Amino acid sequence: MNPDTGQQHPIGLYLKIWGLLFVLSTMSYLVDYFHFHGYLRWTLIIVFMLLKAGLIVSVFMHMAWERLSLVYAILVPPLCLLVLVWLMAAEAGHTFLTRMAFFH
Amino acid sequence: MNNTATVAATPLNPTLAASGWRGLIADWSSDRQAFHVSWGKAMMWIFLLSDTFVFSCFLTGYMTVRVSTTVPWPNPSEVFALHVAGADIPLLLIAIMTFVLISSSGTMAMAVNFAYRRDRVNAATLMIVTATFGELFVGMQAFEWSKLILHEGVRPWGNPMGAAQFGSAFFMITGFHGLHVSAGVVFLFTVAFKLIRGDYDKKGNYQIVEIAGLYWHFVDLVWVFIFALFYLW
Repeated sequence: MNPDTGQQHPIGLYLKIWGLLFVLSTMSYLVDYFHFHGYLRWTLIIVFMLLKAGLIVSVFMHMAWERLSLVYAILVPPLCLLVLVWLMAAEAGHTFLTRMAFFH
Repeated sequence: MNNTATVAATPLNPTLAASGWRGLIADWSSDRQAFHVSWGKAMMWIFLLSDTFVFSCFLTGYMTVRVSTTVPWPNPSEVFALHVAGADIPLLLIAIMTFVLISSSGTMAMAVNFAYRRDRVNAATLMIVTATFGELFVGMQAFEWSKLILHEGVRPWGNPMGAAQFGSAFFMITGFHGLHVSAGVVFLFTVAFKLIRGDYDKKGNYQIVEIAGLYWHFVDLVWVFIFALFYLW
């Protein structure tokens, strides 16, 4: 495949991914519909979310067929966000405890 | 292209290298290309990377206020329920919006496929279908916002259901996403119109359809995260 002229894949592949995304969305909706709670709920939500995101990025956005130089340039920097999430989660937990200690 | 080729031919003689902006670009890139895709596609990816950080900051901010509040968070499942046929169906509108946006991603992927087969009528038609799905999505979002503001009394500074931060997080995140969808609709209509008019036939390059598609799929991608982390959590 010549990356300069763009990407071509069979339409059937897109239709399958489309169907898969529908199934995954339905399943994540059912997580709420059946009132799952606690860690089961959070795990299922995260799993379905990551599966959907992976399908969209790899197939619809053609990341699966790009060269690694582009893939890493786009997918590695967002990992820094995990540090931000971790820091803010610690900060938020601290704020919560302080509020409970002084305002309740 | 000719100018940079000349620069590349004489890399060891700085006095012969291009000066000014052209020289700056030639020096910094050393006349080499890191990404073997068109510049438009590379720049769209880099823009989407920056947008990823913007949305992640919003979602992280939402996580922070939700974890740190001592007031119970309003239950999204109930807040976004629709009353249909005498029963409250949880998150119904949001589920429909999700399916609409995923469908628009499907039609967009097919538009890209047709564009590379140089079938511009089908490509443009599918892009218009995609943009129409996008409009439908924004329309439903407008309905959702009106319902929340007028009937539920949700404001950015407070609401009757619980934690005050619910409103600000909701309006900020979904509002910014809705703006992206609206901009995407305009973008898609513009490209579809130019495709039909034959603007891209001069160069014979239809890659703009794939680049527009990247943006559109990204908007769908962001919705996946908003749906999971804001509506379902």
